[in-house]
Amino acid sequence: MFKMLNPRRFYHAVGKKKFLEFILLAVFILFFYEPLLNMLMLAFANEYNVPSVLPKEWGFKWWGYVFGQKSLVSSMIQSFIIAIATTVISMIFCIPAAYSLARFQYPGRKVFMLSFLLTNAFPKLGIYTSIAVLFYKYGLMGTYAGVIIIHMINSMMFMVWLPSSAFRNVHRQQEEAARDAGASPVRTFFKVTLPMAMPGIAVATLYTFLGSMEEAQGTMLVGLARIQTMPVAMYGIVLDSSAIQIGAVFAILLIIPSALLIFVMRKYIGPEAIAGGFKMK
Amino acid sequence: MEERKVKLELKDMAKKYDNGDGVEHINLKVYEGEIVTFLGPSGCGKSTILRTIGGFMDVTDGDILVDGQSIVNLPPEKRPTAMVFQSYNLWPHMTIYENLAFGLKLRKVPKKEIDAEIKKMLELVSMSGFEKKYPGQLSGGQQQRIAIARSLLLKPSLLLLDEPFSALDAKIRQQMREELKKIQSDLGITVIFVTHDQEEAMALSHRIVVMNKGKFDQVGTPGEIYDSPATLHVASFIGEMNFIRNGGSTIAVRPEDIVVNKGHGPMEAVVRTIMMLGHYVVLTVQRGNEIIKCYVDRELSDQLREGDLVNLTIGKHTVFSRAA
Repeated sequence: MFKMLNPRRFYHAVGKKKFLEFILLAVFILFFYEPLLNMLMLAFANEYNVPSVLPKEWGFKWWGYVFGQKSLVSSMIQSFIIAIATTVISMIFCIPAAYSLARFQYPGRKVFMLSFLLTNAFPKLGIYTSIAVLFYKYGLMGTYAGVIIIHMINSMMFMVWLPSSAFRNVHRQQEEAARDAGASPVRTFFKVTLPMAMPGIAVATLYTFLGSMEEAQGTMLVGLARIQTMPVAMYGIVLDSSAIQIGAVFAILLIIPSALLIFVMRKYIGPEAIAGGFKMK
Repeated sequence: MEERKVKLELKDMAKKYDNGDGVEHINLKVYEGEIVTFLGPSGCGKSTILRTIGGFMDVTDGDILVDGQSIVNLPPEKRPTAMVFQSYNLWPHMTIYENLAFGLKLRKVPKKEIDAEIKKMLELVSMSGFEKKYPGQLSGGQQQRIAIARSLLLKPSLLLLDEPFSALDAKIRQQMREELKKIQSDLGITVIFVTHDQEEAMALSHRIVVMNKGKFDQVGTPGEIYDSPATLHVASFIGEMNFIRNGGSTIAVRPEDIVVNKGHGPMEAVVRTIMMLGHYVVLTVQRGNEIIKCYVDRELSDQLREGDLVNLTIGKHTVFSRAA
């Protein structure tokens, strides 16, 4: 067994191509996971000084600190409230839009679809600044509504394109068969079309939720520090940098919901589901 | 012949698309318990007619009557028709039971009755025990059986079938044809069938409507259409046919209606190929620059070689003027 770990034996056992792939993968994994591991370590380090590899003292000191700070706990709650609200509201707006794009032919359909790309084409900060000017006028600065609108702008492209491709994949005959069996158009949509498009919609919802959870720039600008979501709070901590461990604890807290959701929906998340959303037809 | 009840009547019906294609002046009566097939090449308008009957397309003009009642203003869910499509009939997120029960639940049929009817229907289409499966676990032929069962459960006045077997392979297609014919005669329902497969049309139908470019070429029993085609298109579309030029007209004659004799005679030809196809032999002969196909029996073909001189005698045939 250990004999096989000899690099020369390994090289000849698997062949040149596989060996090089293995090396590449090993480097990649190291590159990818090393910072993650470091962060994981820092979160459980009671005391740590920069040049040393391992912390001096392990423990949950900083976890206690984070959960002891009222403002930090409230930022978590705010993050979740905003993420859930953003997801629900953008579903209400985007799913009908996605359905109309998938099923009906009308002039300007393609332009409409491309318009969602526009918000991603401009530098974000520029858009946020100009939006802020409008928001001041309408009194949306520093409000939940304002922040949710900003988050929705970011998620719209996913929320329209992915469900639209999911709706396109529902065959017309399947809808017609439901009508034929006696279902009204509305019932056909809820009993046949929507359940069949659900995987695509679920992926879009996931992106929206996760996107909203980690959005910081816009929230900071439009929220005027009154709305403190987790990423915004993290900015403050990182800039303070009195204890990097707090940042690490926060990062792990941010990862948990993402990791959970991705695990639950792992069946639906794949290159096809995502690539399907970017087909223009 | 006794007076039969008219099930479906198309009255000067028209459906025009924006690009000018479509069908018009469609008049047809379908009687109760009949299988009528619309047969024609793709794009001839046969599916268009079926979809207007099912309610998936509006008519531009005319009327459609089922049991004497006009249905043109009803949406598909209110029509007394049930349709089976070429594919994608079933809803993949529902079990077979749920697929079958869908329409019955909408009609508020009690659950016990639904269970009993589904059981009976699955037996009829020889799919008992599949209630808990999902459509994705079934073969194409099985899926179409379930689709037919779902339509039959709705007890439609009229069953519409839009090329339901064309996505299946040849052997299963033949089997499904026989089963459909049996189910139809057991239940006595009226069926409108659409296909581009002339063999299927001949095998299934009581009457065939041969269509071409949005028009009816001929309406008749399979026998009538085979024996006396009304137009050149019908003659060429249904079965094998030889077209022999004769002055200003064309003689259409089936390969089995040509008698072949060895030796000289008034209509001489040269044997080109001899193909054994089991119980009969396909012979192609050349006469001038025309190639004529004949079916002959083994006894004669055994005496023939390629290049031999034969004499043809034309039996039953139809004459078309050249202009047609």
